[in-house]
Formats: sequence, structure tokens, C-alpha cells
Amino acid sequence: MSTSESTLDQSPYNYKVVRQFTVMTVVWGIVGMLVGVIIAAELVWPWLNFDLPWLHFGRLRPLHTNAVIFAFGGSALMGTSLFVVQRTCQTRLISDGLAAFVFWGWTLVIVLAAITLPMGWTTAKEYAELEWPIDILITVVWVAYAVLYFGTIMKRKSPHIYVANWFYGAFILTIAVLHIVNSMEIPVSLTKSYSVYAGTTDAMVQWWYGHNAVGFFLTAGFLGMMYYFVPKQAERPVYSYRLSIVHFWALIAIYMWAGPHHLHYTALPDWAQNVGMVMSLILLAPSWGGMINGMMTLSGAWHKLRTDPILRFLVVSLSFYGMSTFEGPMMAIKTVNSLSHYTDWTIGHVHSGALGWVAMVSIGATYHLIPLLFNRKEMYSIPLINLHFWMSTIGTVLYVTSMWVNGLMQGLMWRAYNADGTLTYSFAESVAAAYPGYIVRFIGGTIFLLGMFVMAYNFWRTVASDNTETASVQPQTA
Amino acid sequence: MDINTLRGFATIVVLVTFIAICIWAYSSKRKHDFEEAANLPFADEDDQGDGKGER
Repeated sequence: MSTSESTLDQSPYNYKVVRQFTVMTVVWGIVGMLVGVIIAAELVWPWLNFDLPWLHFGRLRPLHTNAVIFAFGGSALMGTSLFVVQRTCQTRLISDGLAAFVFWGWTLVIVLAAITLPMGWTTAKEYAELEWPIDILITVVWVAYAVLYFGTIMKRKSPHIYVANWFYGAFILTIAVLHIVNSMEIPVSLTKSYSVYAGTTDAMVQWWYGHNAVGFFLTAGFLGMMYYFVPKQAERPVYSYRLSIVHFWALIAIYMWAGPHHLHYTALPDWAQNVGMVMSLILLAPSWGGMINGMMTLSGAWHKLRTDPILRFLVVSLSFYGMSTFEGPMMAIKTVNSLSHYTDWTIGHVHSGALGWVAMVSIGATYHLIPLLFNRKEMYSIPLINLHFWMSTIGTVLYVTSMWVNGLMQGLMWRAYNADGTLTYSFAESVAAAYPGYIVRFIGGTIFLLGMFVMAYNFWRTVASDNTETASVQPQTA
Repeated sequence: MDINTLRGFATIVVLVTFIAICIWAYSSKRKHDFEEAANLPFADEDDQGDGKGER
């Protein structure tokens, strides 16, 4: 980096921790998506694990999910939340030391995950695979993050708490509760523990955690990001502040109950499955409240989409959010779920949300932040942002559509019966039929990953350039 | 009390809460406060005197 820290830190805010998280957002994005592409390739060419246990699909898959959700998504959320809270409260973070602790603590968690998961040390709870010593570290770092965040809100200069902070706040608070409850476990050695819950209860606690991780990490947190960066990039206030309040309370009240839809047609009592299904259906309303609010913020400013690829990232992310939150409730209906569950349709749904919504909104926010944090007038290359936008969009569409096709096909093949009641297809036949879809998925994922490299290059050139602008803290005053 | 009475009661409480939040959020008394809050992302730019985002 050519610019010294002292030149960068003329701002009254703590931008250092935001810069650190922003750099790591791009780095972990590349790492996590690379692991994703590797395991996608393993499904096409199974010999790619070279018969090495730590390259096995079963070990790399949790590494991929942890890296993209908690490392890439987590860094994006922590970085932007600590930026937004300072800017909208017009006050500096309460403690630079605590901010540094949160960054380095979170980075340590990620490094430990990257070591332990390929080693096969796992609790076997999806999205909560990390073993008990790391769980304790996560708790400590998360509490520090909560103190830093809410402490900063408490000393705000404005009387209001901007809506983005409500969403970030709900995300921070709920993830603490979810992590602590789901990670209740009894250690038997340094690398192995067993959950205190058993049987169906364990499954229900796990999916209460799992679905609320979707609801509060991947939804509420990123809606917080949306509520700051969409108005900022569109240069107009959010469409309806009132709608944001109503859909906030509806969203957090209803998400809590949707978890059982992950356990349709299992040993979970029917009434619990039905509660999960109904609550998931109701969720459509508050989810679309957020999408409509974000979209309508652009009313009267749609022409900006023609020239601003960053805004394009943000708006397309909202479109994918709208699609995923329509698809999700639909898949939670028991009869639909009997077709879609355990098939690649679920993977397609998840990536429509993860690539289309979470990654795209983070990428948009990051492009908005980079020039601002590094005192540059604008990104090194706007056409490269545009290229990245198209790579992300095409990559996501290829990924999602191939998994839709695979999922429907698998679901239909598995439920096909002959006249005498025997199964029409063996399981291996459905695996063979899924091959073309796996190849398309690998191609789509690779395109998305290459887009991240374009971003990294653009980032590096932006920081390396001496196109500084110290007069204003706000770039791109188009 | 029968558990189902309690469940019915809980449904009513949730419905009333939701309606109350809507009435609170959409009351004209809050209009000014919400406009102020909605402009917070642009508030710290006013120091530079560009006043962007004012509707």
C-alpha cells in the first residue's frame, strides 16, 4: 500500500477496522468460492479428491459453507455494520482496541475453521460444524462485537437509530442467542464434543438454528446493508421508512418459527411441521416488504442503472432476494417439499439467495466502500465493475437453473413407481442423470469466481493508484 | 385454563400488536421524525454543504 495509515486516517471515524474487513471480504470471497468450485468439480470428476481424506467432498463442503457464510458474508457484515453505525450515528466507534480485537478474533476463528474442517474435526451440525473450543472463541468475539456495536449506538449524536442499524442489531443479537443455544455440547476431548440435545429435539434445535441463521445472518444482516447502501448509491432516501419499520418487526417475529420446514415428513410431530410450513408462507409478506422498499427507492432514479454498475449489483441482488423469498415459502409447502427435499433444487434455492442476494449486495456495497475507505475518487475501472456484474449475473443464472432442472428431475425419478409398486429408477440412475447439470453448475460457479478475481484486480489497482481525493469523503458525486 | 384458550389468546395478542405497530408507524405524528431518520445516511455530508438526499 503506497498511502501511509496517517494519510488515510483523517476521518473522524474508525475506518481502519472497516478497511480490514473490506479487504478480507474480497479475500475470503475468493477462498470460499474457490473451495465451492473445487467441490462442484469433484461432483463432476470424483477422482479430484485424489483419495486424500482432507480433500474429500464431505470435509470440503463444510469448509465451503463456513468460508462463504461466516468468512466472506461475516466480514462483509461486520465491516459494513461498523461503517454504517458510525456514519448514521455520526460518532466514532467506542473503542479502537475492541474493534481490533473483533477483527483479529474473527480472523482467528476463520483460520481455525480452515484447519479443523479438512482434518475432519466436526460436530456434524450443519452450519455449526466447528468444535467446542472454536465455539467458545466465537462467543467471546461475538459478545465483543455486540458491545462495540451497541455501545456506539448508545453514544450516537442523532436522536434516531437509522433502520439499517435495527436490522444489523437484530442480526447481532439473534446470532448470539442461536449460536449459544445450538452449540450446547459436552466435550469429550479437545477435538470432539457431543450435543446436549438428543434425537428429534436435537434436529429441531439444529434447524431452529439453521433457518434463523438464514433469517438473521443472511437476511436481516444483509437487509441492514441494503438499507444503507441502496439509498446511498441511488442518492435518495429509502422509499418508505414506515414500511421498513413494519416489515422489520414482522420479519423478525415470523422467521423464528419457520425452522421446522427443514424437517417435513420426519419424526418431528406433525403439528410442528405445520407450524413451520404456515410461518414460512407468511414470511413472504415481510420479505417482499424489504424487497419492494429497496426497489422503490430507485423510483425516479432508474436512469442511473444505465451508467452505474454498482447500483446494478444492488438492484439485481434485490431481484434475487425477491425470487428466493418467493421460492422459499413455496418449497416449505409440504406437498412441494415432498418433491424438492433432498434434491439439488434445495442447492439451487440456497445459491439463488447466496450468490444472487448475499454476494451481489455485498459486492455492490464493497465497490461503494473501497474508494471511500482508501481516499480515492472512484474505482480504478468502472467497465471492470460492469464486467464483474455480468459475470456474477450469468454465473448465478447458470448455477440456479441447472440445479432447478436437476432437482425436479431427481424428485420425479425418485418418486416414479412401476405398476407392480417397485421403483422405476435406481438411485445411481438419478446420479448419472444429474451429470450434465453438475457440469453447468461447475461452469456457472467458475464464472462467478472469476468475477471475484476481476474485483480483486480492480481493488488493487484502485488502492495502488494515486488518484486521491481528500477534499470530500464521498466518492462518485455523479 | 385450557391450553387452547391460551393459544387463541396468544394469536389475538400478536394480531393486536401487529395492528398497533402499523397504526404507530403510519400515524401522521411520526411523519416528521421518520423523514429525519430516513435522511440519516446523508446527514453527515451536510458538513460539506452538499445537502444531497433532501427530498
